[in-house]
Amino acid sequence: MSDSQVVSNDVVVHGAEAGVQHEHLPYQRHHFETYAQQNDATNFAMWLFLLTEIMFFGGLFTAYLIYRNWYYPAFVQASHQLQIFWGTANTAVLITSSFTMAMGVWCAEMKKKSALVLCLTLTFVLGLVFLGIKFIEYKEKYDKNHIPGFHYSMQSFLNPQSDPEVYNEYHDKPLSFDMARHTELYFFLYFAMTGMHALHMIIGIAILGYMIFRAQAGAYTTGHVTFVENFGLYWHFVDIIWIYLFPLLYLISRH
Amino acid sequence: MTVHNDESIEEHESHHHIVSPRIYITILLALLVGTAVTVWASYVDLGEWHILPGITLFWNPVVALAIAATKMILVVLFFMHVKYSTKLTKLTVGAGIFTFIVLVGMTLSDYMTRAWGRW
Repeated sequence: MSDSQVVSNDVVVHGAEAGVQHEHLPYQRHHFETYAQQNDATNFAMWLFLLTEIMFFGGLFTAYLIYRNWYYPAFVQASHQLQIFWGTANTAVLITSSFTMAMGVWCAEMKKKSALVLCLTLTFVLGLVFLGIKFIEYKEKYDKNHIPGFHYSMQSFLNPQSDPEVYNEYHDKPLSFDMARHTELYFFLYFAMTGMHALHMIIGIAILGYMIFRAQAGAYTTGHVTFVENFGLYWHFVDIIWIYLFPLLYLISRH
Repeated sequence: MTVHNDESIEEHESHHHIVSPRIYITILLALLVGTAVTVWASYVDLGEWHILPGITLFWNPVVALAIAATKMILVVLFFMHVKYSTKLTKLTVGAGIFTFIVLVGMTLSDYMTRAWGRW
């Protein structure tokens, strides 16, 4: 994944006689037979990393499914607090950013430098828009005291009419105290899952910022696309996590 | 040695499949349509299926997750190039999905059958 293109001339390549240099592309490491082999190996490594990510998020998804089944009424009413409008908007933003990232990989493959910079910048901006919308949503939870902890308020669930915006849409019946307590668990999982997802976005956006500078310097339009390609895999993976979070957290509790 | 070099570059060119922007645009549109459909479906009561006494399947979450799975497959196959990747990559992705299903499936089947028949 490193962009370093330093290939020492002193390196002894297997099978090479004295004075005969094993020639290859400048970005091909000498321990690989071919560039294709190097690219495949790096790609495989990236996928292995993504498998660990699947298992990591898988634990959170499993916890969510178990508790949703146990405390079903609490999870249904707590999820009514989320605004489908913002969730849908963010899904569209993230899917579009995945598209611009995929186009970025294409630009790198076709060695179109300025188009690549444009694609990476668009992905960067869309990532920030996603986080901005997430911030609006988190702020609302903060204002309503729906962040788990000492200041958590069950008011919206013990007395739904005190929360007219949500009540007018869903007409939820009051929960018993025991069940209302478990809405806090929903919000805990909501923040854990979307927070972990947002952390991945922040890391991705930071790497994108670095990549925009490197792309301007022409680092990815030399035919060596591995870094852009593998970052694309990461970005699409984060998109897939959201594709599942959106229905699970926002949509499936309307009926 | 130079011949070998040319071969490796050629091999790389033929091996590395470049996905065209037309496919990316098609997938983007499909994903946006999928998003619209899943939001629309969530506003409709799709009913439920009483499989056995005490066991009910609600269609809304089933449909929502089926649409999400379809979207995921589109992203994996085309945006992540798995359709054009090596068998090793395909096997790796398959292994990931399989392990995830084991994680969720086994855990849920345990939790949901602990009180079997006692509800």
